[in-house]
This record gives sequence, structure tokens and C-alpha cells, in this order.
Amino acid sequence: MPLKPTKTPMPEQDAKERITNFTEVALGYTEADALAEAERCLDCKNPLCKQGCPVEVPIPEFIREIKQQNYSEAVNILKSKNNLPAICGRVCPQESQCEQYCVVGKKNEPVGIGRLERWVADWDMARDMQTEPVKATKGRVAVVGAGPAGLTAAADLVRMGYKVTIFEAFHEPGGVLIYGIPEFRLPKKIVKREVDYIRQLGAELKLNYVVGKTKTIDELFADGYEAVFVGTGAGLPKFMGIPGENLNGVYSANEFLTRVNLMKAYRFPEYKTPVQVGKRVVVVGGGNVAMDAARTALRLGAESYIVYRRAEEQMPARLEEVHHAKEEGVQFKLLNNPIEIIGDDKGEVVAIKCIAMELGAPDESGRRRPIEKAGSEWIMEVDNVVIAIGNSPNPLIPKSTPDIETTKWGTIVTKDEDGLTTKDGVYAGGDIVTGAATVIEAMGAGKKAARAIDKYLSSKK
Amino acid sequence: MYKIIRKEVLAPTMKLIEVEAPEIAAKVLPGNFIIFRIDEKGERVPLTVADFDRNKGTITLIFQEVGYTTKHLGRLEVGDALLDLVGPLGEHLPVEGYKKVICVGGGSGTALLYPKAKAFHEAGAEVLTITGARTQELLILIDELKAASNELFIATDDGSFGHHGFVTDILQELLEKHKDVDEVVAIGPVPMMKACAELTKKYNVHCVVSLNSIMVDGTGMCGGCRVIVGGETKFTCVDGPAFDGHQVDFDDLMRRLVYYREHEARVQEHHECCGGKGGDCKCH
Ligand SMILES: Cc1cc2nc3c(=O)[nH]c(=O)nc-3n(C[C@H](O)[C@H](O)[C@H](O)COP(=O)(O)OP(=O)(O)OC[C@H]3O[C@@H](n4cnc5c(N)ncnc54)[C@H](O)[C@@H]3O)c2cc1C
Ligand code: SF4
Ligand code: FES
Repeated sequence: MPLKPTKTPMPEQDAKERITNFTEVALGYTEADALAEAERCLDCKNPLCKQGCPVEVPIPEFIREIKQQNYSEAVNILKSKNNLPAICGRVCPQESQCEQYCVVGKKNEPVGIGRLERWVADWDMARDMQTEPVKATKGRVAVVGAGPAGLTAAADLVRMGYKVTIFEAFHEPGGVLIYGIPEFRLPKKIVKREVDYIRQLGAELKLNYVVGKTKTIDELFADGYEAVFVGTGAGLPKFMGIPGENLNGVYSANEFLTRVNLMKAYRFPEYKTPVQVGKRVVVVGGGNVAMDAARTALRLGAESYIVYRRAEEQMPARLEEVHHAKEEGVQFKLLNNPIEIIGDDKGEVVAIKCIAMELGAPDESGRRRPIEKAGSEWIMEVDNVVIAIGNSPNPLIPKSTPDIETTKWGTIVTKDEDGLTTKDGVYAGGDIVTGAATVIEAMGAGKKAARAIDKYLSSKK
Repeated sequence: MYKIIRKEVLAPTMKLIEVEAPEIAAKVLPGNFIIFRIDEKGERVPLTVADFDRNKGTITLIFQEVGYTTKHLGRLEVGDALLDLVGPLGEHLPVEGYKKVICVGGGSGTALLYPKAKAFHEAGAEVLTITGARTQELLILIDELKAASNELFIATDDGSFGHHGFVTDILQELLEKHKDVDEVVAIGPVPMMKACAELTKKYNVHCVVSLNSIMVDGTGMCGGCRVIVGGETKFTCVDGPAFDGHQVDFDDLMRRLVYYREHEARVQEHHECCGGKGGDCKCH
């Protein structure tokens, strides 16, 4: 059978329909779709796809099991490296990871590895199996933060036989997966199921627990924890420092998305947390966070704009998100940057003033630096502005643990690949170390740190 | 779950609850706050910790029923429990090394003032306390404040008890009389704190205020609680809640506090079951 040049299409909710609801946009493959797509994999001897995967998923191996309809074996293979496959299959930027390296992609579209991963994980969830707890035979480890980094480290440590407690500041585990990424892209019930799996393995979860406040890291050691993993993420919103940012109607993306996702403001007033969205919303930024905010604003009934200071090619968002945003009617004002938010006498946003930009020489990040075009200011009437220009690391832990060193950007200094910090027995990984990055990189860091913690505690005995 | 083990009605719309929260009770200091959520559909709302008992493992919260959530909280009884409670949050107030402190509390702010007055007193400062309310039946914690202060002054707007007028009238008198005051702590409605800040500025006395911004997480991740202090943006939940009153932009704070007023009205009407009586039913 000749190779099909394009990926088996992903069934999706129609764009017109989906902007009226918060249910998932991508509906997932059917079994027939999955089998057809698996056939496109050449089962390479020297699979290049693997080198693009930060957690080393045995990609051709699990796809081979799909081809043979050995789905439970496909699940086992996937889960041997990836504790959160249903999540990764939905939110990983595959185009710049595994699928970027896939040989099929040299001439045609690469194998839809992410879609297959998602299908296998969903098949596994549908059979609703209970996981056997792993017996704890080794010491106690504290994991701070229940985002992808912390959850992964916890699951791996439990599997190695440690007694693990995860401390999470919010009332729900999941980190960005629960408060940031919207329901229509990652249903919260999926995050819950993945977290339940880690709980069933044997990890204990303490919610409403702010390490650095409720207890410090030193107090956790005093309580008998022998090592600590810090995966507290990059939760500190950046603002632009332009006039008008404090006006009513200006949200950080974190606040906007937390109100809507975690607190379910889209179901107000049944859920009691409000979010205020007027006729027109401008989201500033070009990453996944900006796309999520813009698409959320659409679903709350607004006309939605993205204002981004560079060009489309420089947007850090996943291709699929940009594509979906356009399909849904988000309007893009690229090469533009806000310089002022204008308010009325009640202190509410009424307009935004922007200036056009052009691309100059490349900066430190290798991307061409945007420069203002003199005299090109323009004003648009808006009701809300959502600032999605990035997040800095959360300073609570370093502040309350002075012997954990940080960089000038506030990220935690690690002494090696495995995430050892400047404090003995304390490891860190995920966005708190790298600055805002990706789910899978955070998971990769959690895995490495778990291995290193095991080594550290074994050598201490 | 965090169980309510004591409840008192301090004034018609002012309630006190004591809640089991051993880990918070072990760490809390005067000036810290908590964030609670009553149930799955509830909002996250901050309240300052009014008192705590480290041995019993409990904290005491005092609140005025203003919006939907505080009214709902007011309907809970002993034996009921809160779904979520997180803390202690915010920076606590340093109380060491002061000689003479004036504590000013207005309305429900008096509940937040009390632990601070007590802490200053226990740390050896001479404490002059002023408390005020609209009318006599809204005055709270009078005996407690008496015990925690060297002198207690009371004002009511309608003159039904104590001085007929505002707490700031008394504050001015005290600032005239005592030239050696090293700190004024003012907690209450924003206009009251603003007036106290302006007054103390005239007398060149440092003035600490405690801000009640709208919050979501309380750990510095949303920026919803931002306030302008000394021309800079600060997050109330992590940089505060106490700030130098002379530096705070109170007008900005007042504007931000009323942003969700219409939503508040809608959420109260939502309970059709009770004919939209502002959520006074127990049906949910
Ligand atoms: C809106 C949005 C969309 C995104 N979309 C994508 C995407 O499509 N694909 C992708 O790969 N990446 C995406 N990302 C990035 C990705 O979500 C992050 O890189 C990843 O979640 C980082 O994981 P983490 O475990 O390091 O931190 P987080 O997910 O931030 O988790 C940290 C956790 O620690 C908790 N915490 C913080 N401080 C404390 C404390 N002191 N004590 C206890 N708990 C604490 C926090 O509450 C949180 O739950 C997106 C991010 C956002 C915000
Ligand atoms: S590189 Fe592509 S074709 Fe080869 S094994 Fe990986 S997914 Fe299959
Ligand atoms: S409440 Fe979110 S940053 Fe303060």
C-alpha cells in the first residue's frame, strides 16, 4: 500500500459551532483513523522521532502495537516513559519535537505521533482500569507543586518505592494544566484522571498548601522528608509597564484564564467567580497563552484580537493553536505593540493605543528585534485587555529558603542536568528552572530529578 | 475540610467563626490572611485572621456580610465545614520595637485591627486604640480591645455611643496630644484609611494601612490584587496586605474594588428557588 502523503485528519468540532461552547475542539481519532495513521509509520530501525522526545517515549514500538491492535501493550509502552500521555497527546508541540524529526516528514506530512499518543491514552482511560498501588519501601520525599514537573517526579519516585507527598498551593492539582490551558483544549476531567492515576500509584496529595508559607522547605526536612523536589512553575505574571495597566478591564492572562478555567467563570452565576468580558477584547502576546486567552474571550461572546509585536513566523504558539484561533475568527494585528491603555472617568478601559513595528537585526534569542515605526500610532476601542507577554518564576520558595540560589531572572539555579539546587537534597525542575517552557520539558525535568533523588538517597544509606 | 467549631453573631451582619486548621494555626502571625472557598462552586475569598489558638489548632475569622459569599459563610453553623482554606498568606506586621502606637479600626476593619493591637501590646508598646462604627449595635470586640490597649476610644457616626463623629476626629486629638507616637495602624473602609493617611501625613507620623483588594489565588500568580504604592504596582497578597498609607493610591484601589458590582447583583439573584431574596435561603 503506498504511503498516504498527509496525516489522517483529526475530527474536529466545526469552528462556528465550537466558539459557542467550551467543549473540546479536537474530537480524537476513531479506531479506524488510528489504524490508518499507524500504517503510515515505517517502523524505522534507527527512529529519528525519538530524539525529538524529551521523555524518550519508544515511539515506533507503541505504534507497532497499535498496528497489531495490541492496544493494552501500546499503553504499557507509552506509560513506561510518559505518566501523562492523554495530556501530552493534546498539548505537546509535536511539530517542533518528535514529528519534526520523523523521516516521513521529509517529503510528506510526518506521522501524526501526537494524535496516536492521544488515541492510545484515551482508549486506556475508557477502559477505566484501577492501578495497583506500589508498596513504599524507601524514604519520604516531598514534591512541591502539582504541575507536570511535580506530578511526573512524584509518579516516578513512587514507582521506585518512595513514600511521596505532593504539596500544592491551589485547591486542585494540575498546575497550568488546570488553571491555564482551557477546557476546550484540555478537558479538566482528563487532567483529573491522570492525577488520579498518580494517586492510585500511591502518591499522597496535600492541597491548599503553600510551601514557603504553610511550611518552609527546612520545616519539611524537619518533618522527616529526606529530599525535596521543587516544581513550582512560572506563575508570576509580567505586565508591560505602560500607562493604564491598572484600569478595570485589564487582566493578566493568568488571572483571566484562572477565573475562567479553574474557577469556571464561564458558568457564572452557577459558579460564583465572575469574569468581565465586554464587546471587544485585545490579547497582547503571541504564545500559547495568548491564543488560549483570545479563544476564551471569543467563547465568552467577545470580538477577539491578538496584538503581537513580531510577525507570524516568530509567534511561539503551537501551529495548531494559531490555526484554530484563525479558523474561529480571532483577528491578528501582527507587528504592532500597545503603548497605552486608555480609560474613562470610572477607571474602566475604553481603548488601546498601539504603534506599528518593523523587524530589525536579530536579538539574543535569535529572533529579529521589533522596532517601533515612528508616527504609526493607532487607537482601537476595546473593553478588555489581556496581557499575555509571559510569566516569571514564582519567588515564594527562594524567598523563604535563602540557601536556594536564583538567577537574575528569578529562576532557580541548578548545578547539573538533574536539577540539583544549591541546597543539599533539594532538586528543582520545570518552569521554575527554565522559565515558561512546555509541559513535556517540565515532565522531562521531573523524570531526571526523580532518578537523581533516588541516586542521592540510595548513596546516603 | 475545615470544620467550624464556634460561631458568634457580633452584630447583625458581623459574624465570628472559629475553624479547625492546625497547620495554619501553627504558623499564623498578626497581619496574615487566609483564602477560603466554601464549596465546589464557590469563589476564593480572602479574610484576615482575627485570632488563633496554636494549642487547639484553630483560627478565628471575623467578617461582615457584604456580598454573596460572605452571606453564605454567615449562614454556616457549628459542625459545617469549609471545603478549602489556605494560608497563612501575606506578610505579617512587624510589632517589635515600638513605644507608642495608635490603632484605628472602622467597621469590620476593627476585627482585623484587634490581633495587631494585641500583638503591639504584648510586644510592650503603649497602645491607644480608636474604634468606630455607624451605630452602637455595630461596634465589636469592645472588651477584647480594652484588654489589648492602654486606652480605648469609641466613635459612632450617629452618636449612639461614644464620640459623635468619625474616628479621625479622635485620631487628630491624640496626634495633637501625643507627640511621641511612632506608628499609626489604620484598618477599615477605604475612605477611612485614606483620611487617616492624610491626617498622619500632616503630623509626620508613619501610618500603616491594610488593603482588602479583590484576590484570586493569594500567592502572587494572577496580579488581580494589584495596587499602586509609591507610584509602583504591588501585589497586595504577597507584598502586603499592609502598606505605608502615605504611599497608597486609595482612589485607584476604590475603583478596582467596585469592578464586579453588577456580577455581585446577578449572583445574588441567581437563586430563583427563594424568589431571588439575595441568597438568604439554605437551598444550595
Ligand atoms: C495558558 C497556557 C497555555 C499553555 N499551553 C501549552 C501547550 O499547549 N503545550 C505545552 O507544552 N506547554 C504549554 N504551556 C506551558 C506549560 O503549561 C508549562 O511549561 C508547564 O505547565 C510547566 O510545568 P511545571 O510543572 O513546571 O509548572 P506549573 O504547571 O506551573 O505547576 C506549578 C504548580 O506549583 C504550584 N505552586 C507554586 N508555588 C507553590 C508553593 N510555594 N507551594 C506549593 N505549590 C506551589 C502551582 O500552584 C502549580 O500548581 C502553557 C502555559 C500556559 C500558562
Ligand atoms: S521517524 Fe517517523 S516513521 Fe520512523 S519510527 Fe518514528 S514515527 Fe515512525
Ligand atoms: S491574588 Fe493573585 S496575585 Fe494576588
